[in-house]
Amino acid sequence: MYRYDSFDHKIVYERVAQYRDQVHRRLSDELTEDEFRPLRLQNGLYMQIHAYMLRIAVPYGMLSSMQMRMFAHIARKYDRGYGHFTTRQNIQFNWIKLEDTPDILADLATVEMHGIQTSGNCIRNITSDEYAGVAADEIIDPRPYAEILRQWSTFHPEFAYLPRKFKIAINGATEDRAVIAVHDIGLSAIKNQKGEIGFRILVGGGTARTPIVGSEICDFLPWQHVLTYIESIMRVYNQYGRRDNMYKSRIKILVKAIGIEEYKRQVELDWLETKDGPSTLTMEELSRVAAYFTAPNYEALSEIDVNTELLKTQDNSFSSWLRRNVRPHKVPGYAVVVLSLKSAGVAPGDASAEQMDIVADLADRFSFGEVRVTHKQNLVLADVRKSDLIQLWQEAAKHGMASPNIGLLSDVICCPGADFCTLAFARSIPLAKMIAERFDDIDFQNDIGEIELNMSGCVNACGHNHVGNIGVIGVDKKDGGEWYQVSIGGAQGNATAIGKIIGPSFNFQQMPEVIDRILQVYLRERFEEEVFIDTVRRIGVSPFKEFVYGTPIDAESIVDRSAYGFIEKPDNYTVQRKSRS
Amino acid sequence: MIIKNKIIIDDDWLILRPAEGEEPERVVVPAGKVIVPLKVWQAQRNELKSRAELGVWLASHERPEELKGEIEMFSVIAVDFPKFADGRGYSIAYNLRARLGYAGELRAVGDVLRDQMFYMQRVGFDSFAPRPDKSIHDALKGLSDFSDSYQAAIDQKIPLFRRVTRDGVASADQ
Repeated sequence: MYRYDSFDHKIVYERVAQYRDQVHRRLSDELTEDEFRPLRLQNGLYMQIHAYMLRIAVPYGMLSSMQMRMFAHIARKYDRGYGHFTTRQNIQFNWIKLEDTPDILADLATVEMHGIQTSGNCIRNITSDEYAGVAADEIIDPRPYAEILRQWSTFHPEFAYLPRKFKIAINGATEDRAVIAVHDIGLSAIKNQKGEIGFRILVGGGTARTPIVGSEICDFLPWQHVLTYIESIMRVYNQYGRRDNMYKSRIKILVKAIGIEEYKRQVELDWLETKDGPSTLTMEELSRVAAYFTAPNYEALSEIDVNTELLKTQDNSFSSWLRRNVRPHKVPGYAVVVLSLKSAGVAPGDASAEQMDIVADLADRFSFGEVRVTHKQNLVLADVRKSDLIQLWQEAAKHGMASPNIGLLSDVICCPGADFCTLAFARSIPLAKMIAERFDDIDFQNDIGEIELNMSGCVNACGHNHVGNIGVIGVDKKDGGEWYQVSIGGAQGNATAIGKIIGPSFNFQQMPEVIDRILQVYLRERFEEEVFIDTVRRIGVSPFKEFVYGTPIDAESIVDRSAYGFIEKPDNYTVQRKSRS
Repeated sequence: MIIKNKIIIDDDWLILRPAEGEEPERVVVPAGKVIVPLKVWQAQRNELKSRAELGVWLASHERPEELKGEIEMFSVIAVDFPKFADGRGYSIAYNLRARLGYAGELRAVGDVLRDQMFYMQRVGFDSFAPRPDKSIHDALKGLSDFSDSYQAAIDQKIPLFRRVTRDGVASADQ
């Protein structure tokens, strides 16, 4: 993976010093909170309900074991012993003190990490495919480009105060695992007929209030031009994106307002003057960066490991773990292992300091010291010898990270929700826990098969609800209670689609029954081997809607609130919500 | 007092900010060194162009291209930041320097604060009128927050990867 050289180190250390001084000036009231807010946001520090949240960038999801141990250290020393991995492959800590943040960032700098541009109206962490470099369907390893884009976007002087946040994702495989179609810019690394490498570029995708799939602005951009072309996309947006209304300020609104053809015309006009200029990438730079992402020293192994095969036939839980959590690797004798951070009773994406240390150890012993964070909030050990799978499984299971549920119902994507976030209308983590427990039976989950349940506590849709096969979103209602809207038919990947809302919203207690009814319709209607999303596509939303709303859902009797870690809050808890922090 | 070329100096330019709704043709431009709004310049070009020294300022929604062919007329061009979080001024400055070839004094005015000035300097501003309630000596420090940058901009037109030999993987502590 990428390692800092003296230039990277210097820039990050200077950032820590700059930020330390800014915090000092805030604490001494030289800076007002309004002046300080964008400064702390651009260092990842966000004000939540109970405390500050610090979001740390994990560039395109790649971590070393050393960095993972640093997270454990931060969790213990500055937080409450755990952290939360996010859908943008980052990690956030929820109980941070402002006074500690300069020291945390200084600690992070020692392991080549930071919180730069993880929040605020700037270019955010570049995300990518969690299986980059090991996936069999890879066309081009996207990581060197992601790293080049990371450096280019870091402290880009012209784009630090954009109309709104800006997210770029890059994918390099046949299958899109980076959800590029719902990003402000989505890049697919491809080869043209001559075998030259370039990018297909989508612009203006997104979720939140205006969920929309990105439009193609360029079908093939030779790789050398990626920085100058994106710079032109940014410049048009920076000048013309709306700044009068926060909800209409993302690039997708501008693209929709003027049309993709006009947007493209303006970009290409701007680009005329920078194309082939100094920011054109060189083969030397690409090679320098790509050299950090070469394959590790794989051993020559046989494709089949006898012991693994044997235990597979003897132990059901091992075989279902193999089936769900272990993926093929492009090198014979190796496998890709997903460590599940989705266990019943635990907030999706949460990991304790102890688990972080364990993952770091497992990475050192079994996967060349590297870990990846997935946008589905799990962790990946990408280069595991098949002969190590049994031992790895046992140790992961011992520490609650071997739920055989990857891609199943309980592998939910979930934002922090109203337990932490000032923006949320409703809680998402207790809901995820409750649904996980209602459908805890793994045989039932296996029968349901591939399904994506995504949940967000509010319209900002951090939990990717619009592209969930089943999407759940907390909505604002005048009574201040917790209400959820349900959509179905959303999808990620090559056939990315925005789900359709099935009807009026439900309250917290009704939700497990709602999910249950949706699944009943699927089980009734599916053809053999047909996965959930295909059934929805075939029969449409109506049968689901009819059944879910067919008879009243008597909620109170179904759920004992206290059983789900439900912290009773005053009825008026929504008044704690503030404007954007 | 302003900061110009990283030095604090006295400044005798007057920035003319007409009242809301005042028609540009009717705005009275006083004698002496005045920085007039773009609209006033456009409305009173014939009277103003004979002045020995004149400046013009752009609001954040205005286009620098409107000064195409005229930039030589001005001793100073200013860009107004109505709020420091309004980042349009950065692209205006970039376009003035890179597209229109403006080489004269480019001044940031309005809600100009220390913590944005490093970026402002990078996109081509060489003079700054920090907000009067803040210490200009503190503001000056903002120009030296970083000693190097990855990407090309106006102050450094060559990106890091073309300027230096970077260590590369061979010497990284793998």
